[in-house]
Amino acid sequence: MTDLVIIGGGPAGMSAAVAAYENGIRDILILERDGQLGGILQQCIHNGFGLHRFGEELTGPEYAWRYEKQVRELGIPVKLNTMVLSVSPERLITATNEEEGIFTIEAGAIILAMGCRERPRGALNIPGTRPAGIYSAGTAQKLVNRKGYLPGKNVVILGSGDIGLIMARRMTLEGARVKAVCELMPYSGGLARNIEQCLNDFDIPLKLSHTVVDIHGDKRLEGVTIARVDENRRPIEETREYIPCDTLLLSVGLIPENELSLQAGIRMDAVTGGALVDQDRQTSAPGIFACGNVLHVHDLVDFVSDEAAIAGESAAEFIRFIREETGEGRGAYAEPDIPAQTDISITTDGKIRYTVPQRITRRRDITLFFRVADRYRNVKIHIISDGKTIHSVRRPKAAPGEMESIPLKAALLEGVTGLRLELEELG
Amino acid sequence: MTKREMTCIICPMGCSLTVELEGEEVKSISGNTCKRGAAYAQAEVTRPQRTVTSTMRCDNGEVLSVKTDRPIPKSKVMDCMALINAHTAKLPVAIGEVLLRDVFGSNIIATENRER
Repeated sequence: MTDLVIIGGGPAGMSAAVAAYENGIRDILILERDGQLGGILQQCIHNGFGLHRFGEELTGPEYAWRYEKQVRELGIPVKLNTMVLSVSPERLITATNEEEGIFTIEAGAIILAMGCRERPRGALNIPGTRPAGIYSAGTAQKLVNRKGYLPGKNVVILGSGDIGLIMARRMTLEGARVKAVCELMPYSGGLARNIEQCLNDFDIPLKLSHTVVDIHGDKRLEGVTIARVDENRRPIEETREYIPCDTLLLSVGLIPENELSLQAGIRMDAVTGGALVDQDRQTSAPGIFACGNVLHVHDLVDFVSDEAAIAGESAAEFIRFIREETGEGRGAYAEPDIPAQTDISITTDGKIRYTVPQRITRRRDITLFFRVADRYRNVKIHIISDGKTIHSVRRPKAAPGEMESIPLKAALLEGVTGLRLELEELG
Repeated sequence: MTKREMTCIICPMGCSLTVELEGEEVKSISGNTCKRGAAYAQAEVTRPQRTVTSTMRCDNGEVLSVKTDRPIPKSKVMDCMALINAHTAKLPVAIGEVLLRDVFGSNIIATENRER
C-alpha cells in the first residue's frame, strides 16, 4: 500500500508530488513511462517557460530541472520506464516494468498526470498517398532536439499551434527551409509572441484559412497541394496550389491521454477531453485527482504547475481524512469521501467553451479557468447565479488559444446553487 | 514620423506594440503593459536581440540542449548556430555549465545535465 501514487512524472506529476510532500505526505510514488523525469519539457528546448512561476525565462529542460531537483532532494521515490496498465475506481493500480514484471499497488489516493498527445494524420482525413516524411510536430521536435536528426529539408507545416510555430523556427535554425505554415482557421491558435519570433523573424509565410488538400509522393513525400478555405472551412477549388516539399509537420491539436481515467469509470467532460473535476481537482471517483494536460490542455506550463499543486494539496487532505476515518492505514477500499458542503455545477454559454473546475463541492477561494470559442475584443465575463450577475470582469481581448482565469472568493459562493458563465460583447 | 507595429515577445501576453519614430529616434511607445515591453520595443527598433536555444553534439554522439546566456544581436543568430554546431560538448556536463565563451557577447551554456 502506498499513500499517494502519481501517474506521470512530467511537470504536473512532479509539482503534485512536491505539493503533497509539503502538505505532510511522505509515502509517495511517481510512476513514469519514460526513462527520465520531465515529460514533454525535455524536448521543449526553447525558452519562455517559468515567467509566472519563477519570474524568469527558462527553457523547458531548465524548468523541469527546478522540479526534478526538489523531487530528488525530498527523496520522493520514482519508478522510471514503468507503464501503468490500469487504474480501478477502488484505487488499485496495475503497472509493468522490466525489473518487476506486472505488479499492483493499492493507493490511498491517486493523481492522474499523464499529459496529452498529438492529434495524428488519421484524425484529419487528408486525401492522397501515405509516403514517409509526414510527422506530428512533436515527433519532429523529439527527433531534432533529443535524437539529433533533422527529419527533412523542405518543410510545410499544417496547423499554427505553438508546437508548429516553434518547430518552424527550430527546423529553420538547423538548416531546413520552411515554405509555409497553413492554418485552417482565420487566426492562429498559437501565442502572438511565437508568430513574431518563430515566423516573422525568418520570413516564413503564415497562410491563414488554408489547409492541405492533397499529399503527393510514393516512397517519400514529394509535395502537398494546399488551398484556401471558405467560411465553412471548405477548400476553394480554384485556389489550389502545389508546394514541393519532403516533409509535412502536423500541429493540429492535442488530446488529453485519458485511457486510464476511462478504465477507472471516471466521468469525463466532452469539451476538454479530460475528467470532470471539482475545485480540488478531484474526479468523480473519490480519492482520484487529475491535473495538467490530462485534465485540459494548457498553453503555459506555469499554470500546469499551479494546478498540480492544488491536486497535490487536495490529495494530501484526502489521505489525512481517510486515515482519521479508518484509524491507521486505509483498511477497506470503500472509504467515504470528504463530505461535500455544496454541489454547485458550472455551465457556460457556448461563447465560453468550458471551465475547470466544472463543479464546486466546497466553498473556498478558487480560480476558475476557461477558454472562449472565438476571437473577441472588449468583452465582459459575467458570473451568474440564479439569473443575477454576482461577479463580472472585463477583458480587452479573448482568444481560443489563450486560457483565461477569474479568481472567486469563497464568500461569493454563499447560498449559490449553480453558476453560469456568460460572455458579453461590449463592441 | 514613421510608425512600427510589433508583437512583444517578452512574455506570453504578446502585447501589440506601436513605436513612433522620427528617423532613428524613438518618439513614443504604446500598447505595452509593462516596462519590459517598452524596453523590448526600444531595442527592437534600434538593435534587435534574440536568445538562441539549440542543441550541441556531445562526445558520445548524443545531443544536449543549450542556449545563449543572454540575448545576442538578431542578425548574428545563424552565425551563432554555426558556432554551436561546429562544437562538441565533453561529457559529463552540468546544467548552467559554460560550453563556449564569447559568442557575440554571450556564452553558450548547457540547459540540462548529462552524464557520461
